[in-house]
Amino acid sequence: MRYTIQGKTGLWELIVGLEVHCQIISKAKVFSGASTAFGAEQNTHVSFVDAAFPGMLPVLNEKCVEQCVKTGLGLNAKINKYSRFDRKNYFYADLPSGYQISQLYHPIVGEGFIEVTTDRGTRKIGVERLHLEQDAGKSIHDMSPSKSFIDLNRCGIGLMEIVSKPDIQAPEEAGEYLRQLRAIVRALGTCDGNMDEGSMRCDVNVSVRPVGEQTLRPRVEVKNVNSVRFVMQAIEIEAARQIELYESGQTFSQETRLFDADNLETRPMRSKENANDYRYFPDPDLPPVILTDEYIENIRKNLPELPEAKKKRYVDTLGLTPYDAGILTADSETSHYFETALKGQDAKKVANWVIGDLFALLNKSGKTILESPICPEHLGQLVGRIADNTISGKIAKDVFELMAQTGKSPDEIIAEKGLKQITDTGAIEQLIDDILAQNPDKVAEIKAGKDKLKGWFVGQVMRACQGKANPALLNELLNKKLS
Amino acid sequence: MSFDTKQIQSIARLARLKLSEADREKFAGEIDGILNWVEQLNGVDITGIEPLTSIAAETNRMRADVVTDGDLQAELTANAPESVMGFYVVPKMVE
Amino acid sequence: MENLVDLHIHEALDLLKKKEISSVELTQSHLNEMEKAAFLNAYITPTPESALAQAAESDRRRAAGICGALEGIPIANKDLYCTKGIKTTAASKILSQFIPPYESTVSEKLKHAGTVMLGKLNTDQFAMGGSTMTSWFGVTKNPWTDETGAYSLVPGGSSGGSAAAVSAGLCMGATGTDTGGSIRQPASFCGVTGIKPTYGRCSRYGIVAFASSLDQAGPMARDVQDCALLLNNMAGFDPKDSTVSELPVPDFTAALTGDIRGKKIGIPAEYRSDNLNADVAAAWDKGIRLLKEAGAEIIDVSLPHTKYALPVYYIVACAEASSNLSRYDGVRYTTRVNGNTLDELYENTRTDGFGAEVIRRILLGTFVLSAGFYDAYYLRAQRVRRLIYNDFKQVFQTVDALLAPAAPTPALTYEAMKNMSPVDTYLGDVFTTPASLAGLPALSLPVTLSKTGLPIGLQIIGNHFDENTVFHVAAALETAANFNKRPHRVVKG
Repeated sequence: MRYTIQGKTGLWELIVGLEVHCQIISKAKVFSGASTAFGAEQNTHVSFVDAAFPGMLPVLNEKCVEQCVKTGLGLNAKINKYSRFDRKNYFYADLPSGYQISQLYHPIVGEGFIEVTTDRGTRKIGVERLHLEQDAGKSIHDMSPSKSFIDLNRCGIGLMEIVSKPDIQAPEEAGEYLRQLRAIVRALGTCDGNMDEGSMRCDVNVSVRPVGEQTLRPRVEVKNVNSVRFVMQAIEIEAARQIELYESGQTFSQETRLFDADNLETRPMRSKENANDYRYFPDPDLPPVILTDEYIENIRKNLPELPEAKKKRYVDTLGLTPYDAGILTADSETSHYFETALKGQDAKKVANWVIGDLFALLNKSGKTILESPICPEHLGQLVGRIADNTISGKIAKDVFELMAQTGKSPDEIIAEKGLKQITDTGAIEQLIDDILAQNPDKVAEIKAGKDKLKGWFVGQVMRACQGKANPALLNELLNKKLS
Repeated sequence: MSFDTKQIQSIARLARLKLSEADREKFAGEIDGILNWVEQLNGVDITGIEPLTSIAAETNRMRADVVTDGDLQAELTANAPESVMGFYVVPKMVE
Repeated sequence: MENLVDLHIHEALDLLKKKEISSVELTQSHLNEMEKAAFLNAYITPTPESALAQAAESDRRRAAGICGALEGIPIANKDLYCTKGIKTTAASKILSQFIPPYESTVSEKLKHAGTVMLGKLNTDQFAMGGSTMTSWFGVTKNPWTDETGAYSLVPGGSSGGSAAAVSAGLCMGATGTDTGGSIRQPASFCGVTGIKPTYGRCSRYGIVAFASSLDQAGPMARDVQDCALLLNNMAGFDPKDSTVSELPVPDFTAALTGDIRGKKIGIPAEYRSDNLNADVAAAWDKGIRLLKEAGAEIIDVSLPHTKYALPVYYIVACAEASSNLSRYDGVRYTTRVNGNTLDELYENTRTDGFGAEVIRRILLGTFVLSAGFYDAYYLRAQRVRRLIYNDFKQVFQTVDALLAPAAPTPALTYEAMKNMSPVDTYLGDVFTTPASLAGLPALSLPVTLSKTGLPIGLQIIGNHFDENTVFHVAAALETAANFNKRPHRVVKG
């Protein structure tokens, strides 16, 4: 069932496309030898090429080409063996040359798709193209009341602009598309996907139409939508705005608006963005990029396992549920953690610990999985100690807490705290006998049929041994004694 | 084709040039003359002819991914009309 | 000893080698001459002190037995070449204060070969023009005078400062750049030799860009051999320019054998129109006759799309220029005229900093790329450009080189040029733009004087990366023509 929005006049459907800019992971910029490292002092990672000094010329970084091809393959896309650069002309303080080198007419990557699963099922969202271009610098507006300050460190870093087809029909689908895309580029190592630092940025094209209408209505490009949540919000808000306009009898033309996350609204851009005429033309400073089949195949052969394939493997060979597999493959750090912890252990159990206790712990402390106080090897050991009956699942929760606090291994903690489970039948029998002897009345009640009291006895025995008795054994022996 | 002062105004705006009324008249007239002269190209049969945008050899020219440049803050700003702490400075911009 | 400023480079190298002269003496003579001829306004920025220091350094190197190929030769650079620590203006107001923190590849190579730089030469602003009249620093005067003896003639352009300086003995050789004829036409106007090599032969790194798909660096000097020597030390691969060729650079002087027997020289029919200037037609006929007498085979050929070259050129060059000149915005290294907003600052700075011809070309270029006109103008022009290219490729299957006039007239007067419409001035590039659009090497050398005593050059156009044949044929024509005229010594003494 297609996602629809109930308006005053009837049902409306959504048509959404995303344009995602991904900063390419490379040491040097796409057309110069300056560093791409984040956070340097202003204008120190800048060459004369980046600052567009007279007579400076671009020379293409081969790594950026490779990263685009890799990403293209990850998007199941056609790699164009002939691509070329065009100049997109416009004036802005953070664009020193007055043009951005981009690829309008012959992008390096053509059509592909991303498979997206939501509550509505699995759909293929088409990728229209991926092209290589350069990032702009940054303008800083809050250092002076009357001036803006220009830092070109970011200017010239390679960007992949990945344009989806207008295939997205629901906000959740857009969110999932973005999550998937992020997971893919991270798994490939072509972009760090960090939306907070701006290494991944998203513009959303939104249009609506009444259910049943075949033609497309004007679309609005919403800029500056820089988190998965914001993307979903922006679509909802913008769609609602458009529907309201239509239903009150108004029309509008194609325009660019800005997403305001604070006020949860989209608003028109004040700049003359809408009046721009970019005058694209082939950049005469750069020869075309010609790729051979051999080059492309070489990259294809060395591609890492992608999230979708990994997810499938987790389900098919590890026996995880699709839901758990999806969570564990959402980013490469998580799947790496999971697979490191997994060594020889039961996958389902390890998955439960990672998704349950570990995620809760990380959430609580605001840490990423890379900063986890518990290393994956230790978590694996913990699962192992439950499996080999060294500790019970309940004790394991305590051990987990101590691991988080101390960073020690489960074995160290078990030894220090003497938490090793009692599996000696004789010892447990002794404990049971003592408790039974102390409570003849309760024994009688059980024998009279009050079976529920068995649990009380389990508790008493556990308390007597600080929980160290093997629960299964305890149950078995207690049943025998009381039957 | 006739190139008028209104057109020259929008072109000048794109090119960030500010033309006086007299300049608009003058340039519009001159460019109109040039465009009329250029019209002769309409007589050429270009069916199936690919544009020739570059004479350079059609081969890749790429650099290795190595940092070879940077740390030029002083040189970058030495010629700048206004700079502060290594930043270029411009009038306040709105988004 | 004869006046050192009359020497050709290869002669001076010989004397330097024999220790008969020093680089300091040679350099000083040129500096003296520059001072005397300052009224020609060939230089925007003379650099006498650093020149003498470089010359002294060169003499020390020579004494120590370390000699570059052009050790001790005083030359000068067109003010489009960025020179580290030395003002580089592109003859514009907007760059009038710009001191580059880097050196262009070509000027660096020439330095490396041991040359001494005398200064920076005048040009049309951003190389846009054919007269140096668009220079913000004033026109350069052609050292050749009119019939009354007055300095009323333009040196041509845009490399007019280079041509005038070489002609007047204000440097032994000079760099120029050629986008649509900017080396060949002023060479013809001033009676010197200049070659625009194949597009991609010289690096464009550090040369202020006019039209990137057309711009080429090239040398200007007093004869073919000097040009070959200079180009030997300008050309070659550069990792900083993606459009420069990886082909090895041959020793161009090796091509100057003088024997052109059996060479096939094409004469393009379309270059001869009914209203071709009589002096120019006569010079061309003379050239044809001389080559024939030297044993070359003369073949009539056709380049059917020739007449479209000029409009194609102006569309393509202006389109590229409109984009290339966007970087001059008042923020990083240009002059600035303030404004309340960033856009006002841009507009004020650019309107103030660019001359009328530059503004005209930016406007035209912006227009032909703008929405709705791109296909009709820019794309159409690039398609016709391919036809022009194909014409040449076709012809070079049967001939080794082409012989054609370099300019439609001898040097014109300022007065005449001042009253021309833009299109009329553009017509001055009619013979040079076809080879530019096709990226071919073309050399202009003087062969004779007009009836009024002004030099007239012919150009030899070769196939891609076949400068050798161009030099080969040019040397033979030079010998046969025996053109040894110089302008009157500017100041006697």
